[in-house]
Amino acid sequence: MKKNRPYLCFLIALIFSCNSFVAFAEDSVVNIYSARKEALILPLLERFQKETGIDFQLVTGKADGLLKRIEIEGEATPADIFITVDAGRLQRAKSADILQPVESDVLNNTIPSHLRDKDNLWFGLSRRARVIFYAKDRVTPAELSTYEGLADKNWRGRLCIRSSSNVYNQSLVASMIEHIGAEKTEEWARGLVANFARKPGGGDTNQLQAIGAGECDITVVNSYYFGRLINSDDPKEVATAEKIGIFWPNQDGRGAHVNVSGAGVTKHAKHPDAAKKLLEFLVKPESQSWYAEVNNEYPVVADAAIPETLRTFGDFKADDLDLTLLGEKNRAALQLMDRAGWQ
Amino acid sequence: MNPAVTLNHGAKTVRQYPSGWLVSSILVTAVLLLPIITICAYLFAPTSENWGHLVETVLPSYVWNSIWLMIGVTIGAGTIGTATAWLTSMYRFPGRRIFIWALLLPLAMPAYIIAYTYTGMLDSSGPLQEWIRSTFDLQYNEYWFPEIRSLGGAVTMFSLVLYPYVYLLARAAFINQSVCVLEASRSLGCSSWSSFFQVALPLARPAIVAGLSLALMETLADYGTVQYFGVSTFTTGIFRTWFGMYDPVAASQLSALLMIFVFGLIMLERWSRSRARFHHTTNTYQRLPEVQLKPSHAWAATCVCLLPLLFGFLVPLIQLVLWAIETFDEMVDARFIVLAKNSFLLAGAAAVVALIPALLLGYGNRAYPSRLMQVCTRLASMGYAIPGTVIAIGILIPFGALDNSVNSWMKTNFNVSTGLLFSGTIFILLFAYTVRFLAVSLQTVEAGLGKVKPSMDDSARSMGLSQGQVLKRVHLPIMKGSLFTAMVIVFVDVLKELPATLVLRPFNFNTLAVRAYELASDERLADSSTAALAIVAVGILPVIILSAAIARSRAGK
Amino acid sequence: MSETLITEDLCIDLGGSRIVDHVSLKLMAGQIGCLLGPSGCGKTTFLRTIAGFEKPAKGSIHVGSELIADSGYSMAPEKRQVGMVFQDLALFPHLTIGDNVGFGIRHFSPKERATRVKELLELVGLESYSARFPHELSGGQQQRIALVRAMAPRPKLLLLDEPFSGQDTERRAQLATEVSRILRQDGATALLVTHDQHEAFAFSDITGVVNQGRLLQWSDPFDLYHEPSDRFVANFVGQGVFVPARVLKENRIETELGIMTGELTHTLEPGSEVELLVRPDDVVHDDFSPNKAVIESSSFRGADHLYTLIFPGGARVLCLAPSHHNHKIGEKIGVKLELDHLVIFRK
Repeated sequence: MKKNRPYLCFLIALIFSCNSFVAFAEDSVVNIYSARKEALILPLLERFQKETGIDFQLVTGKADGLLKRIEIEGEATPADIFITVDAGRLQRAKSADILQPVESDVLNNTIPSHLRDKDNLWFGLSRRARVIFYAKDRVTPAELSTYEGLADKNWRGRLCIRSSSNVYNQSLVASMIEHIGAEKTEEWARGLVANFARKPGGGDTNQLQAIGAGECDITVVNSYYFGRLINSDDPKEVATAEKIGIFWPNQDGRGAHVNVSGAGVTKHAKHPDAAKKLLEFLVKPESQSWYAEVNNEYPVVADAAIPETLRTFGDFKADDLDLTLLGEKNRAALQLMDRAGWQ
Repeated sequence: MNPAVTLNHGAKTVRQYPSGWLVSSILVTAVLLLPIITICAYLFAPTSENWGHLVETVLPSYVWNSIWLMIGVTIGAGTIGTATAWLTSMYRFPGRRIFIWALLLPLAMPAYIIAYTYTGMLDSSGPLQEWIRSTFDLQYNEYWFPEIRSLGGAVTMFSLVLYPYVYLLARAAFINQSVCVLEASRSLGCSSWSSFFQVALPLARPAIVAGLSLALMETLADYGTVQYFGVSTFTTGIFRTWFGMYDPVAASQLSALLMIFVFGLIMLERWSRSRARFHHTTNTYQRLPEVQLKPSHAWAATCVCLLPLLFGFLVPLIQLVLWAIETFDEMVDARFIVLAKNSFLLAGAAAVVALIPALLLGYGNRAYPSRLMQVCTRLASMGYAIPGTVIAIGILIPFGALDNSVNSWMKTNFNVSTGLLFSGTIFILLFAYTVRFLAVSLQTVEAGLGKVKPSMDDSARSMGLSQGQVLKRVHLPIMKGSLFTAMVIVFVDVLKELPATLVLRPFNFNTLAVRAYELASDERLADSSTAALAIVAVGILPVIILSAAIARSRAGK
Repeated sequence: MSETLITEDLCIDLGGSRIVDHVSLKLMAGQIGCLLGPSGCGKTTFLRTIAGFEKPAKGSIHVGSELIADSGYSMAPEKRQVGMVFQDLALFPHLTIGDNVGFGIRHFSPKERATRVKELLELVGLESYSARFPHELSGGQQQRIALVRAMAPRPKLLLLDEPFSGQDTERRAQLATEVSRILRQDGATALLVTHDQHEAFAFSDITGVVNQGRLLQWSDPFDLYHEPSDRFVANFVGQGVFVPARVLKENRIETELGIMTGELTHTLEPGSEVELLVRPDDVVHDDFSPNKAVIESSSFRGADHLYTLIFPGGARVLCLAPSHHNHKIGEKIGVKLELDHLVIFRK
């Protein structure tokens, strides 16, 4: 009696799995593996569905887990498109050989070349700047200049930053290795660690709040987290934001470090056309504005409307480093931070 | 008869079980071991250059942090769990009847959620420190406040949500202890205090150790909490190596090391328990005396029980409720109901499914108590200590390979693409939960089986029952409680489970845990509170039923 | 009278070693038998094989006229109509006393079942406990419930595996007598195993002594005590000492205590050196006896004294003297031997 039950489950499981396979056998559908959170992608997908009549199926998750999943699922994968944040991950997807090139004039014409893969394997969909924020009452913008300057002795015990496990930090360090070389970057990282006001931990928002609370004076976070504080419903968060100023570093040099969120069509996609349509939809000015509106990220296309919050941040010069390099230097960056004692 | 011969009888008694049982047990073990074997297979791969880097720079701190974390949780969860279990089973004091079940409530609180919640409250920008600053007109540096994002903070979080495992098992042990031995110890001149340490504690030790091992395994497997607190443990190390350095080989080797360590722990726990079997007390039953404490002591006892409940459940609950009130309208929609339904069904299915191999292995071990079976069972239950993501990938690799070979075979022969038959289905998700939570269900099932003496089987059969009838009429009623406990714990665990769900779930299928995580990891704590609250709410009901069942169960029953 | 249990040449192996070795015995209907032996002698295994929990390696078991097991066949335990009371009683903790007793008679109609349960509970004087749970009863009460539970289906044969071992010494003999009464009242045929001879003697019509898997003797308790066929039996059952002796002609033997006449258990060549079994009750206190011995030690047991005596030649015997014969240690008393059967063993 008991022995029959596993077989029963097996049967049920088969029925379940048939469901998923019927779903992708149909033509007017696109299957999405997304490392962008559901709340930040679903509304766009629903709009896409309304506009094109193409259905979608979505799984969200952590970028690395999804990437691995596509890799293991191999030829049989149901995924048509892989959406993720951070150029390093996009580059990793490229080197894991899970993407296929997309030839699209729309994409090539709207996205600047340094924000997409040169082999057309992935495309940047939004820009995220990692910049310096400071306590207005304790720091004057004149004291700030570059990322490199953050290692100066006068910031001793005044800097908050996230853990080195965080991919944004890894990308920032990777870009520095590319620009000033590994040796200087490591020296810089040691200086930075010496300036920590507290052990790295928490998220970007926590770093901003720590400035508000007086725990530290400067930090490096992605700009959209600051945008969120400004637009918050919680008056306390707004008050915190008012105490903090934004500073665009390296404006006289290479520009502020910019990363992207992006996507690529999978190598074994069953619906490459639908996937391509989705990509093209995502770079439409309206979609681009939506990103900016909802999450304060910068558009990748020139003609998208920018919301008020982003305009208050001011114009800036962005580092136009080839983003593929970030992925290639990621491991070196991590090891460097390990050596520097950046937890 | 001498014990050796009796033991022999025990083994022979159950010879009438179907002979296929041993084969099925070994097969099931093999399948459940699949992900672990997959990971361990990497041990034989050549080590990469990253190893040198790891050993030189961060590995020692991973190891030390993990060890300190375990020591801390052992002390924290062990003390809270044992003390509350002892007080509620031996003494009468205000609120005791409520504490008996309420002390289990933190079980419904996921560790990462309590971590986020406390950070929100105790951080430098949290309301408490803000209040201190504004009331005393101080700056941040001018007063001392414990840093929540620290090793100590992590130990506190884990102790607060994991002590119920110790409480649950220790209380069952205390209730079943013969009062005679305690009275004997008193008559031999031990105070009630030293009776506890000299007699009650050693007798309950196997149960406490078993509870602690569950708590420690969860601690080791955790990623969300330690990562958020910036405490680098073995598990965070695995993730950094895998995803940061993109070195799956070194990461798997780290995982395998972790597994070996855990296996050692499990064996230690087994060893301590099998020795303790000799301490079994008589089955003569006496109502526990439930000493009425004098008022001052009684109120102290109330406080001891109230504190873990307060900090492990009520305080975070209130914070979640406050946040949820702010964001309720935006967060609760039709989709939210679907999430709750998904979570509930998934956890329910997993609770049932995980029970099947536990029963199979539990009975297998009883019928064929061999070394081989023992080791197999222990290995198969190691999933509890392994980070969910690692298990998920250990599952994806073999099943993905299977799916792909079926797919290409069908394509060549029938020109039909089958796509993925296993990966990306509910099946694989349930399988992952089984691998991950088998330790819990197996442990509870084994405890239940221990109550059915082999002579009861024999006795029932000599009164004309067939083997099947014995299972139904003797085993089922006696084990009912244990089976229920196993299902409830797995249910609550699955409800909270995140990493494996995140990697393995099918399209358009989200759970409350996924929703809570996505919002929280996007640093939208207040928005995530509704989902977190729903997890607690769905988990709380079975936990309360479980507590009621335990309160009713007494020695001999 | 017909035979209820017949085992022929029964051998049982467990874990590669022989636990029961060529045991043949018969138990008549209505008889209460007992197997006596030290721990680990194989008696429990023997019982469990009759119940159907082990399989014979050789030989056969019949219950009534029906073959229930031999080396190639083993009837399922539930089909045998053989009841068993276990050492640890194995009462079902989830059932009330009434349900425990009624467990084996579910095939009875509810009315019949209720009647039988009531009858059995009355038999053991526990009729008011029907709704209680096992853990709410005392050890002795649990014992009796386990007994009547096994008796309920009126098995052809009832097996009892050291059922009194959990009780204190005083209670054991008393319980054994009581259980024996209950069984007889119900007309049951039963086989008990124990390591306690008082229990065995209080309980059984026929008793066997088992050692190292072999049944050494199977006879009524009186014969077992007075005419043990084996030195192990003589030693295991009752107290006694072996006194060196030499066989003379015409049923006489010579010992240090004098020449004795009686029926010899073995016929031996005159002049053979043997040992004579002397039980404490064979040695009678007699002030007029020419045989004098020194009291080496004594133990007062209420109704009598048990003296250890040393004869001038060095032979030691035990002597049971009535309570009023109060002597000091070191005192010399006269004794005579009263032996009908001369139980002798070759040296």
